[in-house]
Amino acid sequence: MENVIIGLEIHVQLNRLQSKLFCGCSTQYHNSEPNTYTCPVCLGLPGSLPVLNRKAVEYGIKVGLALNCQIEEETLFYRKNYYYPDLPKGFQISQYDFPLATKGRILIKGEDGLERDICITRAHMEEDPGRLVHAGTIDKAKYTMVDYNRCGMPLLEVVTEPDLRSPKEARAFLDKLKSILEYLDVFDGSLEGSMRVDANISLRGGDRTEVKNISGFKGVEKALSYEITRQKNLQRRNIKVVQETRHFDELRSITVSIRSKEEAHDYRYFPEPDLVPMRIANWVPAIKATLPELPDAKRERFVKEYGLTDDHAKSLTSEIKVANFYEAVAAKAVPRLSAVWIADVLKGELNYRDLGIDAFQAEHMVEIVNLLSSGAITEDGAVEIIRTLLDKGGSPQEIIEARGLGKAGDETVKKAVREAVAENAAAIADYRAGSERAMNFIVGQVMKKTRGKADPGEVHRLVKAEVEKV
Amino acid sequence: MITREDVEHISWLASIKIEDEEKDEFVEQFNSILEYFHQLDEVETEGVEPTFRVVDLANIFRDDVACPSLSQEEALRNAPRRENGYFKSPRIV
Repeated sequence: MENVIIGLEIHVQLNRLQSKLFCGCSTQYHNSEPNTYTCPVCLGLPGSLPVLNRKAVEYGIKVGLALNCQIEEETLFYRKNYYYPDLPKGFQISQYDFPLATKGRILIKGEDGLERDICITRAHMEEDPGRLVHAGTIDKAKYTMVDYNRCGMPLLEVVTEPDLRSPKEARAFLDKLKSILEYLDVFDGSLEGSMRVDANISLRGGDRTEVKNISGFKGVEKALSYEITRQKNLQRRNIKVVQETRHFDELRSITVSIRSKEEAHDYRYFPEPDLVPMRIANWVPAIKATLPELPDAKRERFVKEYGLTDDHAKSLTSEIKVANFYEAVAAKAVPRLSAVWIADVLKGELNYRDLGIDAFQAEHMVEIVNLLSSGAITEDGAVEIIRTLLDKGGSPQEIIEARGLGKAGDETVKKAVREAVAENAAAIADYRAGSERAMNFIVGQVMKKTRGKADPGEVHRLVKAEVEKV
Repeated sequence: MITREDVEHISWLASIKIEDEEKDEFVEQFNSILEYFHQLDEVETEGVEPTFRVVDLANIFRDDVACPSLSQEEALRNAPRRENGYFKSPRIV
């Protein structure tokens, strides 16, 4: 993958805002009837005028600062002219020269396992175009249907330098960006179409293609892998890669060449005469003061404050909700044990069920971790409690009682050990002769007697002590 | 100078079909408009800062408040073609 070069343009909807970028239409259009969230401004009706949403600019600055960007003293909107049905005005209000934020960076874990900065060229504001619905696939549809509910949604376009070297790195970058945006509470990634990616891809020395319309994180990896394979196959057959725009067809998981709206590259940008410049340099200190602790800083603090491994700290801080959940648990239970059970067990069980952390109560996790650290339940029992809570609900205590998951008392275990040792003289002899398998057999006998409610490690220790006594 | 090729390109960008016999007419009109703007070159601009606008306004905003939108019927009222609440358009790509 060394010779793969990828740069991304990521369109992020600032969908935590109440209203669109230049008009008062609501941003809560998802899953609604088409064309029910529009007005003369976002429909581009003659005589209507855009008025900028102040909070959208504040959010843009917030993101810019979180991406370590410089914020421009004075920033402008431009008209980007292209004629396409997703834009009712015949142009998109976007930024060009003097974008809101420039020269930032995001830390990711690279293909080689080392962490490195990916440079951000710029982040600028623009309005989202409408949504096109094609009857069939994009290259075969007879006509296009247009829904302008999305038109005018506040977007931030984040452009990277060609610093990424594989689809996996692109994915890591997007995960990190999403994580930061959710920490800032400007973005809800669970909404359809909230993050859309265009990717520039080339093999070293070759021309690049631009793949558009990739939505979703899995889509990015798929589209990039497909496109890299396609270019490598061309190269192998000594065919030149043509510089062109390609469309990612999600249904077929391939990229197809389209004569796109951008093919002309003739946007005839000029400053938007209906909007005045923004002089925002003096907003920066106040907005900076509102920045929350971001993922990298939180991860570092988790390592220091709770004594976690870096991997656990990373796993627990990638989503702000998980980080908050962890801290709520760690306040009332052993922090390191809590980290293991949330990062290694709970997250896996949630992923498997396609659930978010909201599906589990922090109080229940506190109870489970405390029961584990006091030795009242076994690890297997804890896993069963977690699964039952997710699948059937209830409380840990109810599940322990209903399923008899309480760990066998010390006396019960000791009695079972004595019995097992007495009943299996042959295995004991084998163990004395050095057979570890014989030991496992005896431990198994004890587990059977206690119906799995003993801790295998402890049983092992007790059997050893018992054998040495005899 | 605007040429026939420029006119063809602009008509392609705007998706407006121009008949062959109209092209010369547009070449002439475009050039006369540009010429008109060239009069600006005669103005003495030594020592004048370049600017995009004549009014020194900045920072005009509205608050982030959602208000009611048009109904679907109102939104589609001027649409020549529609289908299931969508605007219907020719396929462009």
